[in-house]
Amino acid sequence: MAMTMHLDVVSAEESIFSGIVEEILAPGTMGDLGVMPRHSQLITTLKAGELRYKMKDGEVSLFVAGGIMEVQPSIVTVLADTVVRVEDLDEKAAQEAQKRAEDALQGKDPADLDYEAIQVELDAAKAQIEMIHRVGKSLR
Amino acid sequence: MAGLKEIRSQIGSIQNTKKITKAMEMVAASKMRRAKDRMDASRPYAEKICQVVSHMASGHLEYQHSFFQQRETVKRVGYIIISSDRGLCGGLNTNLFKKALQSIAEWKKQDVEVDIAVFGGKALGAFKRFGVVAESTGLGDRPSVNDMLGTIKVMLDSYEEGRIDRLFLVENEFVNSMTQSPRVTQMVPVVATDMEEIKHHWDYIYEPESKEVIDMLMTRYIESLVYQGVVENIACEMSARMVAMKSATDNAGDMIDKLKLKYNKARQASITQEISEIVSGAAAVS
Repeated sequence: MAMTMHLDVVSAEESIFSGIVEEILAPGTMGDLGVMPRHSQLITTLKAGELRYKMKDGEVSLFVAGGIMEVQPSIVTVLADTVVRVEDLDEKAAQEAQKRAEDALQGKDPADLDYEAIQVELDAAKAQIEMIHRVGKSLR
Repeated sequence: MAGLKEIRSQIGSIQNTKKITKAMEMVAASKMRRAKDRMDASRPYAEKICQVVSHMASGHLEYQHSFFQQRETVKRVGYIIISSDRGLCGGLNTNLFKKALQSIAEWKKQDVEVDIAVFGGKALGAFKRFGVVAESTGLGDRPSVNDMLGTIKVMLDSYEEGRIDRLFLVENEFVNSMTQSPRVTQMVPVVATDMEEIKHHWDYIYEPESKEVIDMLMTRYIESLVYQGVVENIACEMSARMVAMKSATDNAGDMIDKLKLKYNKARQASITQEISEIVSGAAAVS
């Protein structure tokens, strides 16, 4: 039997997942990273992207909009800002969000803009769209 | 014997009060359900972040955040007290303040000064005379973290600048809808809750820099603690109000019953008196 570890995914609003997994793929700010059981202690911030974990009976994919991940040898905790299950992802809404953010970036008065916040929003929207496309392809 | 009319108007006014308390009970009951849902929803995040932070407290990190450093001498301590904005919720706030005052009195005995920050109008009123350094009131039933940040920041800044050496949180714990208990917990410096055996010296791998990650995590941690406290306090407030209003309604009912008895007795007495007057009047004539 493959080695396993415990994974907890929580967002500010709810607990998303808690259970035994075999492998995790997370979107770290410095690049994507894979975590196997008995990984050494690691703590990283997450950017918007796909969080995937492999269980005994298949793989699950979630969208996270950023957060923090703590890795202990047998426990991994993901403290996410927002989590969306793949089946709940809405391409239209994401495209609208992307357009809104791009419009805002090209706004008339650059002094009023909170560039950082908009950039984060834009990245999140882009990552969502990318993920929808990829998952959509694999489904078909 | 009191006049019939007076008793009747007394019954009337108590009936009005009963109607109001009944309505408040029902409003509190429905608000409590929503407040409890919100509390349960944000609880997993708070619990997990506590776990992560206590892991960090038990490790040997290259970058020691000031929230992990225990200061030897304590000259001044800070309190964040979370109360409700409104009254009519039984002994909820009174019990909380009693607990807070006990804890404050202990520090005062050791000649330690106390700084207080409050959430909620009731605490502001109660602790005004101690000198409140920061306050947030009128957060409503659906508080947002943004409204709390200012007050939290005041206390954290004064900790980092060394004006206060410890920071405590005084809040109500929601045990169940009938019981709420006040508690005082130390927020910073962080106390490692689960004292697992530390077998070897370990440190995290950080991505990106350790300072960045830990600073972000600690800020989130404190925010989530206070947010959880405020949300929990609303659930406590609503359930305490529900219970208080229920007993007020019951008491009003009892009072109405007693007054009705008194009213009927008075009515009976006046009828008896009238009859005996008529009878004796008739006897005198014949």
